Amino acid sequence: MQSDIILKMEGICKSFPGVRALHNVDFTLRKGEIHALMGENGAGKSTLIKIITGVYQKDAGQIYLEGRPVSFRSPQEAQDMGIGTVFQEIALCPNLTVAENMFIGRGRDRFVHWKTMNGKAAEMLSSLGIPASPTQELASCSIAVQQMIAIARAVDMDCKILILDEPTSSLDEDEVQKLFALMRQLKARGVGIIFITHFIDQVYEISDRITVLRNGELIGEYEASSLPQIELISKMMGKALSDVSSMKKLEPGKADDSVPVFEATALSSAAGVRPFDFTIQKGEVNGFAGLLGSGRSESVRAIFAADKVTGGEVKVNGKRVKIKSPLDAMKQGIGYLPEDRKGDGIIDELSVRDNIILAMQVMKGFFRPLSRKQAEEFAEQFIQQLDIKVPSPNTPIKSLSGGNQQKVVLARWLLTQPMYLILDEPTRGIDVGTKVEIQKLVLKLAAEGMSLTFISSEIDEMLRVCSRMIVMKDREIVGELSGTNLTEQDVMQMIAQGGK
Amino acid sequence: MLKPKTRFSNLSNLFLPLSVLAILIIINLIKGADYFRITVVNGAFYGNIPNILFGASELVILSVGMTLVTAASRGQDISIGESGAISSAIFVQYVLRSGNVTLWTILVGFLISCVAGIVIGAFNGTLVSFFNVQPMVATLILFLGGRSIAFIIDGKVSPILANEISNRIGTVIPGVPIQTPIILTAVFIVLVAMVLKATNLRLYVEAVGINPSAARLNGINPKRVIFLTFLIMGVCSAIAGFIAVNKAGRHDSVNLLKFIMMDAILAVALGGNSLGGGRFGITGSILGAYTIEMLNRTLLRLEVNPEAIKVFKAVFIIVLMIVASPVVRAFVTQALDKAKSIIAGSPLRQTGGTADATGRKGE
Ligand SMILES: Nc1ncnc2c1ncn2[C@@H]1O[C@H](COP(=O)(O)OP(=O)(O)OP(=O)(O)O)[C@@H](O)[C@H]1O
Ligand SMILES: [Mg+2]
Repeated sequence: MQSDIILKMEGICKSFPGVRALHNVDFTLRKGEIHALMGENGAGKSTLIKIITGVYQKDAGQIYLEGRPVSFRSPQEAQDMGIGTVFQEIALCPNLTVAENMFIGRGRDRFVHWKTMNGKAAEMLSSLGIPASPTQELASCSIAVQQMIAIARAVDMDCKILILDEPTSSLDEDEVQKLFALMRQLKARGVGIIFITHFIDQVYEISDRITVLRNGELIGEYEASSLPQIELISKMMGKALSDVSSMKKLEPGKADDSVPVFEATALSSAAGVRPFDFTIQKGEVNGFAGLLGSGRSESVRAIFAADKVTGGEVKVNGKRVKIKSPLDAMKQGIGYLPEDRKGDGIIDELSVRDNIILAMQVMKGFFRPLSRKQAEEFAEQFIQQLDIKVPSPNTPIKSLSGGNQQKVVLARWLLTQPMYLILDEPTRGIDVGTKVEIQKLVLKLAAEGMSLTFISSEIDEMLRVCSRMIVMKDREIVGELSGTNLTEQDVMQMIAQGGK
Repeated sequence: MLKPKTRFSNLSNLFLPLSVLAILIIINLIKGADYFRITVVNGAFYGNIPNILFGASELVILSVGMTLVTAASRGQDISIGESGAISSAIFVQYVLRSGNVTLWTILVGFLISCVAGIVIGAFNGTLVSFFNVQPMVATLILFLGGRSIAFIIDGKVSPILANEISNRIGTVIPGVPIQTPIILTAVFIVLVAMVLKATNLRLYVEAVGINPSAARLNGINPKRVIFLTFLIMGVCSAIAGFIAVNKAGRHDSVNLLKFIMMDAILAVALGGNSLGGGRFGITGSILGAYTIEMLNRTLLRLEVNPEAIKVFKAVFIIVLMIVASPVVRAFVTQALDKAKSIIAGSPLRQTGGTADATGRKGE
């Protein structure tokens, strides 16, 4: 039994200035098991991973790999010892090709065989069903595809341990299933897999054992089969999850006789969506559904002029306006939370305070800076409202946990009090408890008269808040669902059939 | 517990220039204990310190502009000396051609040279921001051709700027104990501080330098911000050129502000700023500039052979860059943290321990 254990961690402690990220945490990984590491945002999951892989050095504790004490100084060293890792923030080079990203600096070979590289990459891409070509530049791939490529890079068929930190945060159901198939295959070979996610369903679908962390402390290790879902959630949160059934979305058509808040005709952008029409009413929440690469994000980016707008007409409150840049859109009362948090969202070296006030400050103008005190007040307000775990508003945002960074970017747009807010994957990497809070917040804002577009790769979540769903396929709108026709089945069917 | 922490981290950026400054002072004091002595000549202060403040005026002003350019564009402007030579050539021509020189003449000439600086900045800025040319490559054009332009404006070798007002601007105003360039530099620093206070320049520049894509999606136009920093750089060059030419009393288009961009870039780095853009500290760069001037003068005072000075400086820079490198920095902060936690003692660990015990019991 003992020899089954490949990784054992004892009494791990790690502190950052002002934060105790881990305290006396034990963790055990066995051969051929899938072990879920669970906890709220900022619980210390990623920190634990980074300690195993040598990104951070532990303050105290011991790590044993197959019974021998180890201490890695870099992820490279860990990889050489058979530990493959996909970190929460994708760390690939956007201006290299897909194949280069998959092979450079990897494994024991110092030299890359350029000729065979593209061939091997193509093989791997197709076996994992990743829709990308080896010679494509990475930056031209969507976040989801990049995430799949990061996984392909980490997976080495003869690794001992595979660590996946929120690998599925932007994947659709299909891709998740492909990943799970791969994980099961590795598991059968005896690879120990650590899996971090905020999707409870996925945990129960694939994992054998669950370790729960809360506020940097170990709560316990459980067999997945003997830990009911509700209990898992309450162990993570330290309290019961608030009731989701009390949420009630507004029915559409409430304000149907008035002019739409936003209306676009034949809008198109340089990112390559087919010209599309789109309207949203005051107080409405709608969503874009579709598979990966269907053009959901590109469509909303066109609305905000995040990509160069190449054609179409836009009306705000019935009046024709020109929206040529994000600033134009912001001045018309439109806000946009982008899908790619690291690349388009956070300004990583700036403080949480500056990150929260940024959009509002820009709208106020270059010559009208907020006073320090005012900025601090705004920051404090949202740190409380969204329960952002941060030692002080002056902390640089890059030292926050992934989910907490996401909350900061959300706070930034809430602060501008837009008339129409576009949220592309607003709950990516956010824990179950906060997810419900954000969904509630969206409905509350809508009730107060804000219009919102809500995009999520989790269809459940969209169904909970959206009263109208625009369905996309191959960069084109294929239909629209609302009222009693709006169920998961209807959406899936429409996607499959490509319209009615 | 958190407030002092942030203040400390601000201070840690100034750690490098301050410690170099301290070392230089010690060296100088060993060389002669009268280092800080100030004498009064004709009612004005003279001595080592006033000389440093006087000598560093142009460098301080230029390193402020260089800090902004570096932060926003992630690159450096290497044409600042040439830019200053051109704008001051225009200033000199204006003054020489206007017969009777009054304060008004000087002022108008100065403003015209500032406009020239802005035009030069716009040229560099256009190349960098709208045509995406690397800053060093874009400014290489003027670096190579700038002095010829200045010479053509001069029309002859070294036109002399012989008037009372220029002399006073370059040296000292009777009755005022502090040399004029020092006062002008101080006024400049105050103005810059006011601009940073009254506008969002810092937020915009830092956002663009750190993540231009995110900055754009928050309504900032990165191209315009980078362009703006080059305009500011142009004005800084014109002011530095103005001071330099008044100090010298003649316009030497070949040697005026020659190779000063090296020192300006060094001042920015010495001030704890990343040459890769992003967050910046003006205070650091200013301190850095004064430190470099002090270094230059210390090497002279130690009677280092003028030919060998460059080697000394090069060695010094290498040492500095290694000390300031992220690798060493990370190591030092880690060591500092360790030391602090030891000094702070066990209370933190002990409370942690009890919290853990109760946490376990709860399970
Ligand atoms: N480099 C760092 N500097 C300072 N604090 C940090 C750093 N990295 C993490 N922390 C802090 O440590 C705590 C744990 O962070 P961690 O990233 O491990 O959380 P997590 O469990 O992965 O959360 P999430 O689900 O949001 O990803 C957080 O409070 C975070 O702010
Ligand atoms: Mg994490």
